[in-house]
Amino acid sequence: MSAVLKAVNLVRIYSGGALPVPAVRGVDLEVEEGEFVAIMGPSGSGKSTLVHMLGGLDTRTSGEIWLDGKRVDTLSESAWAMLRREKVGFVFQFFNLVANMTVADNVELPALLAGISPKEARERRESLLAALNLADRADAAPAQLSGGEQQRVALARALANKPSVLLADEPTGNLDSRNTRDVLRLLGEVHKQGQTIVMVTHDARVASLADRLVSLFDGQIVDDGRIARRRTGTAGEVIDLR
Amino acid sequence: MRPHLLALLAKEPAHGYELKQALEQTFGSAYPSPNIGQIYVTLGRLEKDGLVRAVDVEQSNRPNKKVYYLTAKGRESLTAWVEEPTEGPRVRDEFFMKLVLAPLTGIADRMALISRQRRHYLSLMADLNDLLSRTDPRDRVAGLLIEGAMLHLQADLDWLERCQEDLA
Repeated sequence: MSAVLKAVNLVRIYSGGALPVPAVRGVDLEVEEGEFVAIMGPSGSGKSTLVHMLGGLDTRTSGEIWLDGKRVDTLSESAWAMLRREKVGFVFQFFNLVANMTVADNVELPALLAGISPKEARERRESLLAALNLADRADAAPAQLSGGEQQRVALARALANKPSVLLADEPTGNLDSRNTRDVLRLLGEVHKQGQTIVMVTHDARVASLADRLVSLFDGQIVDDGRIARRRTGTAGEVIDLR
Repeated sequence: MRPHLLALLAKEPAHGYELKQALEQTFGSAYPSPNIGQIYVTLGRLEKDGLVRAVDVEQSNRPNKKVYYLTAKGRESLTAWVEEPTEGPRVRDEFFMKLVLAPLTGIADRMALISRQRRHYLSLMADLNDLLSRTDPRDRVAGLLIEGAMLHLQADLDWLERCQEDLA
């Protein structure tokens, strides 16, 4: 097994204010190919900063980031942007869809930018939108969709280029339970197909799909371990009807 | 289980095995299947207290079966059960006692306790996810029961985070 994504002694200090604020204080993390890692922790523990840095959306203060065996934190901004198109998918709590493009084009665009053929991009878009119950919304503009629908389009878009790693920051933050169920199903499916996922979430249902849980506290990893699968077959331990 | 059996008998008279089936059909996979012995013991007690009465029904080629029906006193007791306010879940948390007391003795570190507990809750949640995906979506009773358990677990996790912020 090789690490798809690796952080070595990663540090981020925000120095805009009167006092420098350390958000991430020396994180070492290796994510294997096909692994699904959930990151949890209280607000202000550095989760979002960490995942933003891993995707090159925030700059590190010190430390190293490796993607597919290549050191990326020392790349120029444009070189990293190019690499990101091919290798990273993003989904955030506040989706950023292109307003004057249809849903279908929003989803196909990253695949085309990553150099996938138009035919393959279209097929991929069709299967992703179908999986998220959005096939009939393909020709709509993002503004015509509900928040839950837009979030699902953002997830489809993030997966369109078959990224080496899917990075997500509270991807179900805006969804009701029915929309969350569609997102859960798709995440479970792509994970089963070998998609590597690193996800910040407060939602225990989403986090419980992961193989591994990393807990952050005060900018540091305080716990890193597997989520046990017991498959007992009943919910007797949790549900106790009297 | 007493009021549950009374409620089923208020619908129609039944024998023990029919009551077991009715419980299973109503609550689906989410309900730990009741054991038939327990049902007969409970029916015996209800009969002794005058809440149900039994009649023997002859069957060809088999021993007689006892069919139970609700008495007027049984119906009163059922109505009282339905009308009284239901206690909410109480925080009787063994984990919280560990969290507060164990570090005083030097046996364990709070951060480690919280982290282990969080992974345990997530593994329970993974079980519930599996259970929900195996439950027929048309079975709303079972679905709602599982969803209720999930919301409780989410609250436990959120509370764990509060403990971490304030105690660790």
